Amino acid sequence: MTELRRTPLFEAHEQLGGKIIDFGGWALPVQYTGILDEHRAVRERAGLFDVSHMGEIMFEGPQAFAAIQHLLVNDCSGMEMHQVLYSPMCYPDGGVVDDLIVYKLGDQRFLLVVNASNAGKDFDWMSKNIVGFDVSAVNISADMAQIAIQGPAAQDILQRNTTTDLNTLKFFYCAPDTNIAGRKCLVSRTGYTGEDGFEIYCAPADARHIWDTLLASGADSGLIPAGLGARDTLRFEAALPLYGHELSAEISPLEAGLGFFVKLGKDEFIGKDALVAQKAHGLARKLAGIELVDRGVPRQGYTVLSGGAPIGHVTSGVFSPTLQKGLALALIPPEYAKAGTELALDIRGKACAARVVKIPFYKKAYRKE
Amino acid sequence: MSSILRFTRDHEWVKVDGAAASVGISVHAVGELGDVIFVELPAVGDTVAQGGKIAVVESVKAASDVFSPVAGKVVEVNETLSDNPAMLNEDPMGEAWIAKLKIENTADLDGLMNSEQYEKYLKEASH
Repeated sequence: MTELRRTPLFEAHEQLGGKIIDFGGWALPVQYTGILDEHRAVRERAGLFDVSHMGEIMFEGPQAFAAIQHLLVNDCSGMEMHQVLYSPMCYPDGGVVDDLIVYKLGDQRFLLVVNASNAGKDFDWMSKNIVGFDVSAVNISADMAQIAIQGPAAQDILQRNTTTDLNTLKFFYCAPDTNIAGRKCLVSRTGYTGEDGFEIYCAPADARHIWDTLLASGADSGLIPAGLGARDTLRFEAALPLYGHELSAEISPLEAGLGFFVKLGKDEFIGKDALVAQKAHGLARKLAGIELVDRGVPRQGYTVLSGGAPIGHVTSGVFSPTLQKGLALALIPPEYAKAGTELALDIRGKACAARVVKIPFYKKAYRKE
Repeated sequence: MSSILRFTRDHEWVKVDGAAASVGISVHAVGELGDVIFVELPAVGDTVAQGGKIAVVESVKAASDVFSPVAGKVVEVNETLSDNPAMLNEDPMGEAWIAKLKIENTADLDGLMNSEQYEKYLKEASH
Protein backbone atom coordinates (compact mmCIF):
# COMPACT_ATOMS: atom_id res chain seq x y z
CA MET A 1 0.00 0.00 0.00
CA THR A 2 1.29 3.43 -0.83
CA GLU A 3 1.85 5.83 2.03
CA LEU A 4 -1.03 8.27 2.42
CA ARG A 5 -0.22 11.93 2.02
CA ARG A 6 -0.58 14.05 5.12
CA THR A 7 -1.64 17.66 5.46
CA PRO A 8 0.18 19.97 7.92
CA LEU A 9 -2.76 19.37 10.27
CA PHE A 10 -2.49 15.58 10.42
CA GLU A 11 -1.22 15.55 14.01
CA ALA A 12 -3.95 17.96 15.07
CA HIS A 13 -6.58 15.59 13.67
CA GLU A 14 -5.11 12.68 15.58
CA GLN A 15 -4.95 14.66 18.81
CA LEU A 16 -8.57 15.75 18.35
CA GLY A 17 -9.66 12.12 17.95
CA GLY A 18 -10.38 12.42 14.24
CA LYS A 19 -11.17 9.15 12.50
CA ILE A 20 -8.61 9.10 9.71
CA ILE A 21 -9.48 7.59 6.33
CA ASP A 22 -7.85 7.30 2.93
CA PHE A 23 -9.44 10.12 0.95
CA GLY A 24 -8.08 9.93 -2.58
CA GLY A 25 -4.61 9.14 -1.27
CA TRP A 26 -4.77 11.67 1.58
CA ALA A 27 -4.98 10.78 5.25
CA LEU A 28 -7.85 12.99 6.40
CA PRO A 29 -10.50 12.86 9.14
CA VAL A 30 -13.93 11.67 8.02
CA GLN A 31 -15.30 12.73 11.42
CA TYR A 32 -14.35 13.63 14.99
CA THR A 33 -17.40 13.37 17.27
CA GLY A 34 -19.80 12.27 14.51
CA ILE A 35 -20.97 13.41 11.10
CA LEU A 36 -24.45 14.42 12.27
CA ASP A 37 -23.08 16.41 15.19
CA GLU A 38 -20.57 18.20 12.98
CA HIS A 39 -23.18 18.83 10.29
CA ARG A 40 -25.50 20.41 12.83
CA ALA A 41 -22.70 22.53 14.26
CA VAL A 42 -22.02 24.05 10.83
CA ARG A 43 -25.71 24.77 10.19
CA GLU A 44 -26.30 26.26 13.62
CA ARG A 45 -22.93 27.59 14.83
CA ALA A 46 -19.61 26.93 13.07
CA GLY A 47 -17.29 24.16 11.94
CA LEU A 48 -13.59 24.16 11.09
CA PHE A 49 -12.39 22.05 8.15
CA ASP A 50 -8.93 21.10 6.99
CA VAL A 51 -9.08 21.34 3.20
CA SER A 52 -5.34 21.50 2.66
CA HIS A 53 -5.60 18.61 0.21
CA MET A 54 -7.20 20.89 -2.39
CA GLY A 55 -4.97 21.73 -5.34
CA GLU A 56 -3.74 25.25 -6.15
CA ILE A 57 -2.41 26.30 -9.53
CA MET A 58 -1.08 29.82 -10.16
CA PHE A 59 -1.39 31.39 -13.59
CA GLU A 60 0.89 34.36 -14.19
CA GLY A 61 1.93 36.29 -17.28
CA PRO A 62 0.72 38.64 -20.01
CA GLN A 63 -1.68 36.00 -21.34
CA ALA A 64 -2.82 34.53 -18.03
CA PHE A 65 -6.32 35.85 -18.63
CA ALA A 66 -6.47 34.57 -22.22
CA ALA A 67 -5.28 31.16 -21.05
CA ILE A 68 -7.95 30.72 -18.39
CA GLN A 69 -10.63 32.02 -20.78
CA HIS A 70 -9.55 29.26 -23.17
CA LEU A 71 -9.61 26.58 -20.47
CA LEU A 72 -12.79 27.48 -18.56
CA VAL A 73 -16.42 27.44 -19.62
CA ASN A 74 -17.34 30.40 -17.41
CA ASP A 75 -16.48 33.93 -18.49
CA CYS A 76 -13.78 35.61 -16.41
CA SER A 77 -13.93 38.88 -18.35
CA GLY A 78 -16.25 40.57 -15.90
CA MET A 79 -14.20 39.66 -12.86
CA GLU A 80 -13.26 42.48 -10.54
CA MET A 81 -9.96 42.53 -8.69
CA HIS A 82 -10.10 40.00 -5.83
CA GLN A 83 -13.30 38.48 -7.09
CA VAL A 84 -13.75 34.70 -7.02
CA LEU A 85 -15.56 32.76 -9.77
CA TYR A 86 -16.75 29.16 -10.03
CA SER A 87 -16.27 27.33 -13.32
CA PRO A 88 -16.28 23.86 -14.78
CA MET A 89 -13.37 23.01 -17.11
CA CYS A 90 -14.32 20.79 -20.04
CA TYR A 91 -12.93 18.39 -22.60
CA PRO A 92 -13.67 19.12 -26.28
CA ASP A 93 -16.66 16.73 -26.10
CA GLY A 94 -18.24 18.69 -23.24
CA GLY A 95 -17.36 16.19 -20.50
CA VAL A 96 -15.88 17.74 -17.37
CA VAL A 97 -12.15 17.66 -16.53
CA ASP A 98 -12.85 19.27 -13.17
CA ASP A 99 -14.72 22.09 -11.50
CA LEU A 100 -12.75 24.82 -9.78
CA ILE A 101 -12.73 28.33 -8.42
CA VAL A 102 -10.66 31.17 -9.85
CA TYR A 103 -9.24 34.02 -7.78
CA LYS A 104 -8.34 37.21 -9.61
CA LEU A 105 -5.24 38.42 -7.79
CA GLY A 106 -3.99 40.76 -10.51
CA ASP A 107 -4.59 41.58 -14.16
CA GLN A 108 -1.97 38.98 -15.03
CA ARG A 109 -2.32 36.76 -11.98
CA PHE A 110 -5.01 34.18 -11.25
CA LEU A 111 -5.15 31.44 -8.63
CA LEU A 112 -7.09 28.31 -9.60
CA VAL A 113 -8.24 26.00 -6.80
CA VAL A 114 -9.04 22.49 -7.98
CA ASN A 115 -10.20 19.20 -6.48
CA ALA A 116 -7.46 17.30 -4.66
CA SER A 117 -7.94 14.04 -6.51
CA ASN A 118 -7.82 15.85 -9.87
CA ALA A 119 -4.92 18.22 -9.19
CA GLY A 120 -2.34 16.24 -11.15
CA LYS A 121 -4.71 15.53 -14.04
CA ASP A 122 -5.83 19.17 -14.14
CA PHE A 123 -2.30 20.50 -14.16
CA ASP A 124 -1.34 18.19 -17.03
CA TRP A 125 -4.48 19.17 -18.95
CA MET A 126 -3.90 22.87 -18.39
CA SER A 127 -0.20 22.66 -19.30
CA LYS A 128 -0.97 20.81 -22.52
CA ASN A 129 -3.67 23.25 -23.57
CA ILE A 130 -1.92 26.54 -22.87
CA VAL A 131 1.05 25.87 -25.14
CA GLY A 132 1.43 29.01 -27.23
CA PHE A 133 0.08 31.31 -24.52
CA ASP A 134 2.52 33.66 -22.82
CA VAL A 135 1.74 32.42 -19.33
CA SER A 136 3.33 30.29 -16.66
CA ALA A 137 1.14 27.82 -14.80
CA VAL A 138 2.69 26.51 -11.59
CA ASN A 139 1.27 23.82 -9.34
CA ILE A 140 1.75 25.39 -5.90
CA SER A 141 -0.40 22.85 -4.03
CA ALA A 142 2.47 21.74 -1.83
CA ASP A 143 3.12 25.32 -0.71
CA MET A 144 -0.40 26.01 0.46
CA ALA A 145 -2.54 24.80 3.31
CA GLN A 146 -6.23 25.59 3.42
CA ILE A 147 -8.64 25.87 6.33
CA ALA A 148 -12.37 26.54 5.99
CA ILE A 149 -14.47 28.05 8.76
CA GLN A 150 -18.15 27.70 7.94
CA GLY A 151 -21.44 28.49 9.62
CA PRO A 152 -23.45 31.43 10.99
CA ALA A 153 -20.85 32.16 13.70
CA ALA A 154 -17.88 31.95 11.32
CA GLN A 155 -17.53 35.69 10.77
CA ASP A 156 -17.63 36.58 14.47
CA ILE A 157 -15.03 33.97 15.31
CA LEU A 158 -12.70 34.90 12.48
CA GLN A 159 -13.08 38.62 13.24
CA ARG A 160 -11.60 38.05 16.70
CA ASN A 161 -8.40 36.96 15.00
CA THR A 162 -7.94 39.57 12.28
CA THR A 163 -7.88 43.35 11.92
CA THR A 164 -9.37 43.12 8.41
CA ASP A 165 -13.00 44.25 8.57
CA LEU A 166 -14.83 41.15 7.41
CA ASN A 167 -18.04 43.15 6.93
CA THR A 168 -16.42 44.61 3.82
CA LEU A 169 -15.59 41.18 2.38
CA LYS A 170 -18.42 40.25 0.02
CA PHE A 171 -19.61 36.78 -0.97
CA PHE A 172 -17.18 35.27 -3.51
CA TYR A 173 -14.50 37.90 -2.98
CA CYS A 174 -11.13 37.53 -1.32
CA ALA A 175 -8.77 39.61 0.79
CA PRO A 176 -5.14 38.72 0.06
CA ASP A 177 -2.48 39.57 2.64
CA THR A 178 -4.90 39.32 5.53
CA ASN A 179 -3.33 38.78 8.91
CA ILE A 180 -5.03 35.97 10.81
CA ALA A 181 -3.74 34.96 14.22
CA GLY A 182 -0.55 36.84 13.38
CA ARG A 183 0.08 34.96 10.15
CA LYS A 184 -0.22 36.12 6.56
CA CYS A 185 -3.15 34.54 4.73
CA LEU A 186 -5.43 34.92 1.77
CA VAL A 187 -9.05 34.86 2.95
CA SER A 188 -12.14 34.49 0.79
CA ARG A 189 -15.83 34.49 1.60
CA THR A 190 -16.41 31.13 -0.03
CA GLY A 191 -17.14 27.57 1.01
CA TYR A 192 -18.73 24.29 0.17
CA THR A 193 -21.37 23.90 2.86
CA GLY A 194 -24.29 26.11 1.88
CA GLU A 195 -23.47 28.38 4.83
CA ASP A 196 -21.78 31.73 5.11
CA GLY A 197 -18.10 31.17 5.75
CA PHE A 198 -14.50 31.70 4.84
CA GLU A 199 -11.67 29.80 3.24
CA ILE A 200 -8.19 30.63 4.52
CA TYR A 201 -5.07 29.92 2.47
CA CYS A 202 -1.78 29.98 4.33
CA ALA A 203 1.73 28.60 4.37
CA PRO A 204 1.82 24.96 5.52
CA ALA A 205 4.08 25.98 8.43
CA ASP A 206 1.40 28.40 9.70
CA ALA A 207 -1.56 26.06 9.40
CA ARG A 208 -1.33 24.47 12.84
CA HIS A 209 -1.08 27.80 14.64
CA ILE A 210 -4.07 29.21 12.78
CA TRP A 211 -6.10 26.01 13.29
CA ASP A 212 -5.40 25.91 17.03
CA THR A 213 -6.01 29.63 17.49
CA LEU A 214 -9.36 29.56 15.71
CA LEU A 215 -10.53 26.45 17.55
CA ALA A 216 -9.61 27.96 20.92
CA SER A 217 -11.13 31.37 20.26
CA GLY A 218 -14.29 29.90 18.71
CA ALA A 219 -14.97 27.30 21.36
CA ASP A 220 -17.35 29.54 23.33
CA SER A 221 -19.31 30.17 20.12
CA GLY A 222 -19.70 26.46 19.52
CA LEU A 223 -16.98 26.06 16.88
CA ILE A 224 -15.90 22.43 16.49
CA PRO A 225 -13.61 20.66 14.03
CA ALA A 226 -15.58 19.01 11.23
CA GLY A 227 -14.53 16.20 8.92
CA LEU A 228 -15.04 15.23 5.32
CA GLY A 229 -18.21 13.32 6.15
CA ALA A 230 -20.03 16.47 7.23
CA ARG A 231 -18.50 18.39 4.34
CA ASP A 232 -20.21 15.92 2.01
CA THR A 233 -23.65 15.96 3.67
CA LEU A 234 -23.53 19.76 3.87
CA ARG A 235 -22.58 20.26 0.23
CA PHE A 236 -25.20 17.70 -0.78
CA GLU A 237 -28.06 19.53 0.97
CA ALA A 238 -26.97 22.71 -0.81
CA ALA A 239 -26.89 20.65 -4.07
CA LEU A 240 -23.30 21.72 -4.73
CA PRO A 241 -21.84 19.32 -7.30
CA LEU A 242 -19.05 16.90 -6.43
CA TYR A 243 -16.65 15.68 -9.07
CA GLY A 244 -17.03 11.94 -9.63
CA HIS A 245 -20.70 12.20 -8.68
CA GLU A 246 -22.59 15.06 -10.34
CA LEU A 247 -19.71 15.86 -12.68
CA SER A 248 -17.34 13.64 -14.63
CA ALA A 249 -15.83 13.14 -18.07
CA GLU A 250 -19.16 11.51 -18.97
CA ILE A 251 -21.42 14.27 -17.63
CA SER A 252 -21.58 17.75 -19.13
CA PRO A 253 -22.03 20.86 -17.00
CA LEU A 254 -25.34 21.52 -18.77
CA GLU A 255 -26.64 18.10 -17.72
CA ALA A 256 -25.43 18.79 -14.19
CA GLY A 257 -27.62 21.89 -14.08
CA LEU A 258 -24.66 24.26 -14.20
CA GLY A 259 -25.81 26.13 -17.32
CA PHE A 260 -25.48 29.39 -15.43
CA PHE A 261 -21.72 28.84 -15.31
CA VAL A 262 -21.42 27.89 -18.99
CA LYS A 263 -21.08 31.06 -21.03
CA LEU A 264 -21.84 29.92 -24.58
CA GLY A 265 -21.68 33.53 -25.75
CA LYS A 266 -17.95 33.62 -25.04
CA ASP A 267 -15.76 33.75 -28.19
CA GLU A 268 -14.00 30.47 -27.69
CA PHE A 269 -13.24 27.86 -25.04
CA ILE A 270 -12.51 24.15 -24.96
CA GLY A 271 -15.78 22.24 -25.25
CA LYS A 272 -17.80 25.15 -26.62
CA ASP A 273 -18.87 23.46 -29.87
CA ALA A 274 -20.04 20.32 -28.09
CA LEU A 275 -21.95 22.28 -25.46
CA VAL A 276 -23.57 24.57 -28.04
CA ALA A 277 -24.71 21.46 -29.97
CA GLN A 278 -25.96 19.80 -26.79
CA LYS A 279 -28.02 22.82 -25.90
CA ALA A 280 -29.40 23.10 -29.46
CA HIS A 281 -30.44 19.45 -29.55
CA GLY A 282 -31.91 19.50 -26.07
CA LEU A 283 -30.49 17.63 -23.10
CA ALA A 284 -31.02 13.88 -22.90
CA ARG A 285 -30.84 14.00 -19.11
CA LYS A 286 -30.63 16.50 -16.34
CA LEU A 287 -29.85 16.59 -12.66
CA ALA A 288 -32.92 16.46 -10.45
CA GLY A 289 -33.56 16.35 -6.74
CA ILE A 290 -35.43 13.31 -5.46
CA GLU A 291 -36.90 12.69 -2.03
CA LEU A 292 -37.62 9.21 -0.83
CA VAL A 293 -41.22 8.73 0.28
CA ASP A 294 -40.56 5.25 1.69
CA ARG A 295 -37.97 4.83 4.41
CA GLY A 296 -34.42 4.27 3.29
CA VAL A 297 -31.20 5.87 2.24
CA PRO A 298 -30.43 6.59 -1.41
CA ARG A 299 -26.83 5.96 -2.51
CA GLN A 300 -24.75 6.75 -5.57
CA GLY A 301 -25.44 4.34 -8.43
CA TYR A 302 -28.96 3.34 -7.43
CA THR A 303 -31.36 3.06 -10.38
CA VAL A 304 -34.22 5.53 -10.74
CA LEU A 305 -37.45 3.90 -11.90
CA SER A 306 -40.62 5.21 -13.51
CA GLY A 307 -43.45 2.74 -13.84
CA GLY A 308 -40.99 -0.02 -13.02
CA ALA A 309 -38.61 0.87 -15.89
CA PRO A 310 -35.11 2.28 -15.31
CA ILE A 311 -34.78 5.92 -16.40
CA GLY A 312 -31.54 7.05 -14.75
CA HIS A 313 -29.27 6.79 -11.75
CA VAL A 314 -28.48 8.48 -8.46
CA THR A 315 -25.29 10.57 -8.48
CA SER A 316 -25.29 11.29 -4.72
CA GLY A 317 -27.64 10.30 -1.96
CA VAL A 318 -27.81 10.82 1.77
CA PHE A 319 -30.11 10.78 4.72
CA SER A 320 -30.35 14.55 5.11
CA PRO A 321 -29.42 15.57 8.65
CA THR A 322 -31.22 18.90 8.31
CA LEU A 323 -34.38 17.69 6.56
CA GLN A 324 -34.45 14.22 8.17
CA LYS A 325 -35.24 12.24 5.04
CA GLY A 326 -33.57 10.26 2.30
CA LEU A 327 -32.60 12.61 -0.52
CA ALA A 328 -30.86 12.04 -3.83
CA LEU A 329 -29.46 13.88 -6.80
CA ALA A 330 -30.07 11.89 -9.96
CA LEU A 331 -29.52 12.18 -13.70
CA ILE A 332 -32.84 11.51 -15.43
CA PRO A 333 -34.55 12.52 -18.69
CA PRO A 334 -35.90 16.10 -18.46
CA GLU A 335 -39.50 14.97 -18.94
CA TYR A 336 -39.34 13.24 -15.55
CA ALA A 337 -37.50 16.06 -13.77
CA LYS A 338 -40.48 18.24 -12.90
CA ALA A 339 -41.11 18.74 -9.18
CA GLY A 340 -43.84 16.44 -7.94
CA THR A 341 -43.22 13.66 -10.49
CA GLU A 342 -43.72 10.27 -8.83
CA LEU A 343 -40.76 7.94 -9.30
CA ALA A 344 -39.12 5.07 -7.44
CA LEU A 345 -35.59 4.12 -6.43
CA ASP A 346 -34.33 0.57 -6.65
CA ILE A 347 -32.88 -0.06 -3.22
CA ARG A 348 -31.43 -3.57 -3.00
CA GLY A 349 -34.04 -4.91 -5.41
CA LYS A 350 -37.00 -3.15 -3.85
CA ALA A 351 -38.79 -0.29 -5.62
CA CYS A 352 -39.04 2.44 -2.97
CA ALA A 353 -41.50 5.27 -3.65
CA ALA A 354 -39.89 8.64 -4.35
CA ARG A 355 -40.76 11.98 -5.89
CA VAL A 356 -38.97 14.82 -7.62
CA VAL A 357 -38.35 17.91 -5.48
CA LYS A 358 -36.70 21.25 -6.16
CA ILE A 359 -33.00 21.71 -5.54
CA PRO A 360 -31.16 22.91 -3.59
CA PHE A 361 -32.72 20.90 -0.79
CA TYR A 362 -31.42 23.45 1.69
CA LYS A 363 -30.95 27.11 0.93
CA LYS A 364 -29.49 29.80 3.09
CA ALA A 365 -29.53 33.49 2.29
CA TYR A 366 -25.92 34.53 1.73
CA ARG A 367 -24.64 38.02 2.43
CA LYS A 368 -24.35 39.46 -1.07
CA GLU A 369 -24.07 43.17 -0.45
CA MET B 1 -30.07 -19.93 33.52
CA SER B 2 -26.87 -18.63 32.02
CA SER B 3 -26.67 -17.09 28.58
CA ILE B 4 -23.97 -17.59 25.99
CA LEU B 5 -22.48 -14.63 24.12
CA ARG B 6 -20.49 -15.19 20.93
CA PHE B 7 -19.00 -12.96 18.22
CA THR B 8 -18.27 -13.33 14.50
CA ARG B 9 -15.23 -12.03 12.67
CA ASP B 10 -17.61 -9.58 10.94
CA HIS B 11 -18.48 -8.04 14.33
CA GLU B 12 -21.94 -9.47 14.85
CA TRP B 13 -22.91 -10.92 18.22
CA VAL B 14 -25.35 -13.60 19.22
CA LYS B 15 -26.68 -14.12 22.72
CA VAL B 16 -28.38 -17.42 23.41
CA ASP B 17 -30.86 -17.94 26.23
CA GLY B 18 -32.33 -21.38 25.85
CA ALA B 19 -33.71 -21.72 22.32
CA ALA B 20 -33.93 -17.98 21.63
CA ALA B 21 -30.94 -16.21 20.13
CA SER B 22 -30.68 -12.40 19.95
CA VAL B 23 -28.50 -11.04 17.19
CA GLY B 24 -26.86 -7.65 16.92
CA ILE B 25 -23.67 -5.82 16.03
CA SER B 26 -20.76 -5.07 18.34
CA VAL B 27 -19.64 -1.82 19.93
CA HIS B 28 -16.61 -1.96 17.64
CA ALA B 29 -18.81 -2.29 14.53
CA VAL B 30 -20.92 0.68 15.58
CA GLY B 31 -17.78 2.70 16.21
CA GLU B 32 -16.58 1.94 12.70
CA LEU B 33 -19.95 2.76 11.12
CA GLY B 34 -20.50 6.09 12.84
CA ASP B 35 -23.99 7.60 13.09
CA VAL B 36 -26.59 4.97 12.21
CA ILE B 37 -29.53 6.48 10.33
CA PHE B 38 -31.52 3.50 9.09
CA VAL B 39 -31.88 -0.19 9.82
CA GLU B 40 -33.48 -2.54 7.31
CA LEU B 41 -34.90 -5.32 9.48
CA PRO B 42 -35.80 -8.86 8.42
CA ALA B 43 -39.43 -10.02 8.57
CA VAL B 44 -40.74 -12.29 11.29
CA GLY B 45 -40.88 -15.79 9.81
CA ASP B 46 -37.81 -15.34 7.57
CA THR B 47 -35.29 -18.12 7.75
CA VAL B 48 -31.61 -17.30 7.63
CA ALA B 49 -28.55 -19.46 7.12
CA GLN B 50 -25.46 -19.11 9.27
CA GLY B 51 -23.52 -16.28 7.63
CA GLY B 52 -26.60 -15.27 5.63
CA LYS B 53 -27.74 -11.66 5.41
CA ILE B 54 -30.19 -10.77 8.15
CA ALA B 55 -30.29 -6.96 8.09
CA VAL B 56 -28.75 -3.86 6.57
CA VAL B 57 -27.42 -1.09 8.78
CA GLU B 58 -27.02 2.27 7.08
CA SER B 59 -24.75 4.91 8.51
CA VAL B 60 -24.36 8.39 7.05
CA LYS B 61 -21.59 7.14 4.79
CA ALA B 62 -22.52 3.61 3.76
CA ALA B 63 -24.89 0.66 3.83
CA SER B 64 -23.50 -2.42 5.57
CA ASP B 65 -24.90 -5.93 5.53
CA VAL B 66 -25.35 -7.72 8.83
CA PHE B 67 -24.80 -11.48 8.63
CA SER B 68 -26.43 -13.86 11.03
CA PRO B 69 -24.01 -15.64 13.36
CA VAL B 70 -26.33 -18.65 13.48
CA ALA B 71 -28.96 -20.31 11.31
CA GLY B 72 -32.57 -20.05 12.38
CA LYS B 73 -36.03 -18.61 11.97
CA VAL B 74 -36.74 -14.97 12.81
CA VAL B 75 -39.25 -14.89 15.68
CA GLU B 76 -39.03 -11.21 16.63
CA VAL B 77 -37.51 -8.02 15.20
CA ASN B 78 -36.60 -4.87 17.10
CA GLU B 79 -39.14 -2.44 15.63
CA THR B 80 -37.80 0.30 17.90
CA LEU B 81 -34.83 0.55 15.55
CA SER B 82 -37.14 1.65 12.72
CA ASP B 83 -38.13 4.77 14.61
CA ASN B 84 -34.91 5.27 16.50
CA PRO B 85 -31.94 3.88 14.52
CA ALA B 86 -29.55 6.00 16.61
CA MET B 87 -30.23 3.57 19.49
CA LEU B 88 -27.72 1.31 17.76
CA ASN B 89 -25.02 3.88 18.49
CA GLU B 90 -26.06 4.12 22.12
CA ASP B 91 -26.61 0.53 23.17
CA PRO B 92 -25.62 -1.94 20.45
CA MET B 93 -25.08 -4.84 22.86
CA GLY B 94 -28.30 -4.32 24.80
CA GLU B 95 -31.48 -2.45 23.88
CA ALA B 96 -30.47 -2.24 20.21
CA TRP B 97 -30.53 -5.95 19.37
CA ILE B 98 -31.66 -6.41 15.79
CA ALA B 99 -33.58 -9.70 15.67
CA LYS B 100 -34.34 -12.78 17.72
CA LEU B 101 -34.01 -16.18 16.13
CA LYS B 102 -35.19 -19.64 16.98
CA ILE B 103 -31.80 -21.23 16.74
CA GLU B 104 -31.64 -24.39 14.63
CA ASN B 105 -28.41 -25.91 15.77
CA THR B 106 -26.41 -24.86 18.81
CA ALA B 107 -23.33 -26.34 17.12
CA ASP B 108 -23.33 -23.11 15.06
CA LEU B 109 -21.90 -21.44 18.15
CA ASP B 110 -18.79 -23.62 18.18
CA GLY B 111 -16.95 -21.72 15.47
CA LEU B 112 -17.64 -18.31 17.01
CA MET B 113 -15.49 -16.30 19.42
CA ASN B 114 -16.23 -15.74 23.09
CA SER B 115 -15.76 -12.27 24.59
CA GLU B 116 -12.06 -12.71 25.42
CA GLN B 117 -11.26 -14.18 22.02
CA TYR B 118 -13.12 -11.33 20.34
CA GLU B 119 -11.25 -8.69 22.35
CA LYS B 120 -8.01 -10.34 21.33
CA TYR B 121 -9.15 -10.47 17.69
CA LEU B 122 -9.92 -6.73 17.77
CA LYS B 123 -6.51 -5.96 19.24
CA GLU B 124 -4.74 -7.98 16.58
CA ALA B 125 -6.84 -6.47 13.79
CA SER B 126 -5.91 -2.96 14.90
CA HIS B 127 -2.20 -3.60 14.29
